[in-house]
Amino acid sequence: MRVVTLKINGQEMSGREDEDILHVAREHGIDIPTLCQLDGISEWGGCRLCLVEIEGSSKLSAACVTKVSEGMVVNTESARLAGYRKTIVEMLFTEGNHVCSVCVSNNNCELQDISHDLKIDHISLPYRYPLKQVDASHDLFIFDANRCILCTRCVRVCDEVEGAHTWDIAGRGIKSQLISDLHQPWGDSPSCTSCGKCVEACPTGALFEKGKAAGEMVKDARFLVYLAEMKEEKS
Amino acid sequence: MINHKFDQPITSLEELAEEATAQQEKQTCYTDRIFVCMGTACQSVQSGAVLQALQAQVKNREGQEQCLVSPGGCQGNCASAPLVSLPKGDLLYQRVQPADAEEIIDSLSSQPVKRLLCDNKSDFFVKQKRVVTNHRGLLNPESIEDYIAAGGYSALLKGLFELSPEAVIEQVQKSGLRGRGGAGYPTGLKWSTVAKAQTEPKAKADQKYVVCNADEGDPGAFMNRSVLEDYPFRVLEGMTIAAYAVGASKGYVYVRAEYPLAVERVKNAIRSAEKHGLLGNKIASSAFDFHVEIRLGAGAFVCGEETALISSIEGGKGLPCPRPPYPAESGLWGKPTLINNVETFANIVPIVSQGADWYAAIGTPRSKGTKTFALSGRIKNTGLVEVPLGTTLREMIFDIGGGVPDGHKFKAVQTGGPAGGCIPEEHLDATIDYESLMELGSFMGSGGMIVMDDSSCMVDVAKFFMQFCAAESCGKCVPCRVGTAHMHDMLDRITKGEGTMEELGQLESLSDVVKFTSLCGLGQGAPNPVLSTLRFFKAEYLAHIVAHTCPAGVCGPIGQDIRRPTCAL
Repeated sequence: MRVVTLKINGQEMSGREDEDILHVAREHGIDIPTLCQLDGISEWGGCRLCLVEIEGSSKLSAACVTKVSEGMVVNTESARLAGYRKTIVEMLFTEGNHVCSVCVSNNNCELQDISHDLKIDHISLPYRYPLKQVDASHDLFIFDANRCILCTRCVRVCDEVEGAHTWDIAGRGIKSQLISDLHQPWGDSPSCTSCGKCVEACPTGALFEKGKAAGEMVKDARFLVYLAEMKEEKS
Repeated sequence: MINHKFDQPITSLEELAEEATAQQEKQTCYTDRIFVCMGTACQSVQSGAVLQALQAQVKNREGQEQCLVSPGGCQGNCASAPLVSLPKGDLLYQRVQPADAEEIIDSLSSQPVKRLLCDNKSDFFVKQKRVVTNHRGLLNPESIEDYIAAGGYSALLKGLFELSPEAVIEQVQKSGLRGRGGAGYPTGLKWSTVAKAQTEPKAKADQKYVVCNADEGDPGAFMNRSVLEDYPFRVLEGMTIAAYAVGASKGYVYVRAEYPLAVERVKNAIRSAEKHGLLGNKIASSAFDFHVEIRLGAGAFVCGEETALISSIEGGKGLPCPRPPYPAESGLWGKPTLINNVETFANIVPIVSQGADWYAAIGTPRSKGTKTFALSGRIKNTGLVEVPLGTTLREMIFDIGGGVPDGHKFKAVQTGGPAGGCIPEEHLDATIDYESLMELGSFMGSGGMIVMDDSSCMVDVAKFFMQFCAAESCGKCVPCRVGTAHMHDMLDRITKGEGTMEELGQLESLSDVVKFTSLCGLGQGAPNPVLSTLRFFKAEYLAHIVAHTCPAGVCGPIGQDIRRPTCAL
């Protein structure tokens, strides 16, 4: 594998040809906000928060799915990008019903963290206040669609790591929704192994353990990196 | 002299020529031929019954064995359907009813039926240049014999036996053909990328694919449908030439299920071509294999986007993926895949048979050739037209299209489908080519052209297209999924007189976000109708927001307040 040198935010660095901009940047201490990206599962490219400017290209590129190349000049911070990121996070807040004060993931939520980092203090877009369901049919876990940002991290971890493919997205556009199996209650799902990986992978309080009160749900998906490494070694 | 029998596969150019002559002779034994258009538009007004009535008349009469009535293709002026054409005497009858059959057959030996005659010397016909639709419907779309008699498959055999794959690609490159799906990517460049994709990672070289994108979904667009319905053999021939050029052995026609007639015609064409050794294993007894299968789209607009189309053919959900890697490098099942639009493939046959220089002489320096357009909306001659690129919008709308009917005044023309824009009167002298439409904030697109007059409200038009995009957004990326829904709501409030100036500013900034941050062409193009109407028709937005009136009388009666009436009590 070739090693290439590139410049991110004026800083010279090197990366392997098969690495994406996001990981090379992170290795060198440059943080790019992400929501749908999670180490240990495949890339999705859907949240659009990791968009960066690449010199010589008129389009913005998602850092998580763009491979580095020799002589690439990348810029991850600009007023324009910050504005776009802010609006996208605002869109996510208006799309669902996110009430932090009563959320199990309050203070342990990636959506909340990103809005802090982007200094979002109010939402300028109108809230959509959609009617969404809560599925508490599972013995151990609850799915609250009000807090779901459709990042599909649960879908991917369930399919790629656990191999159950219990979760998927039904519908399209603004009507997209997370469903278990063929749109039946999670508790009735014959494919779910109750492994809880989806809960750990979920960036918000959409998937959580039963019995947790507001602010008590702390998640950690770092084990996925370990599993991915083990899988690689075996093959 | 090779004594070739047509039920056997064709193996050489000579045999094909011989077959063509034989078929032509067979046809010349008929003194009269009558073609009844069996396109979707004509069939919808009972052209099938007209065909049967004419055939019955011929059958029941003595002395009329010399007349052959067969199904034909689209004449273009669908507004006057059903259409019947008689090549002898160059006659075209419009709005023919089954009851007219007797009169038409009677007239064969005397004067034409005056009351049915359509003026085929009018600007609508004369100002067009037909390359893709060159047979003008005078070809039975279900008969490979007819197609061969008209010179079909000579381009494929010329390519196979006289040109190397590189020479074919060079021809396409020299012709200057650009993708007819709308984006205008140079076709020759795409072909050579796929052709070369074999050398780098050797593991990928085992299989390549050619895909014909017939998932035409733009509102008001029906060019691809017409071309597939009328010239299925030509599209297949173009795909086969492409497969030969790039080294593919398997192809797919991805056509939307909403086009049942096109699907039927392509199915029939694949069967006939296979039977005659012009598709399948060892084409024309050469070493070249190419198999084609049909895949039906299930109604998602986004599947016209190439990466979503690939995912759909693979059996997955029609979701787009970030590019690069481009399909030319890693497409269907990770193999190099050539994806071209129906019309692009249909252009290959004339390029190979008549030469790249001939083709390159048509059009403008940067946009070569002709382009089919579907004229619709407030225009006299709705239908399918083909013009050389570089024709002005004014010629298109007022000469060919015949202008706006019923004494109304032209307001705007919408090109490029939901990713396109609205072009006002003052820019009608702009030429139709990829660059000049882009400059006007619109887009060539696949060829939909919707004409609007003073009875159309531009805010309402923008709302319509936004509703379309919001409904068709796949939901994968946030800006398209949520942004289009917000933009639709904002436009909806404006049409109800509830919008504010602040919201208008927000609509503009949201347009910018959705345009530049969306994952695929659907989201990136979705704000264009809003941006272009804001650029050229801002006064209409202001009328709705400030004066609460709709100047066109769409959102409420002209001159009246469009806001919801408050309770009188």
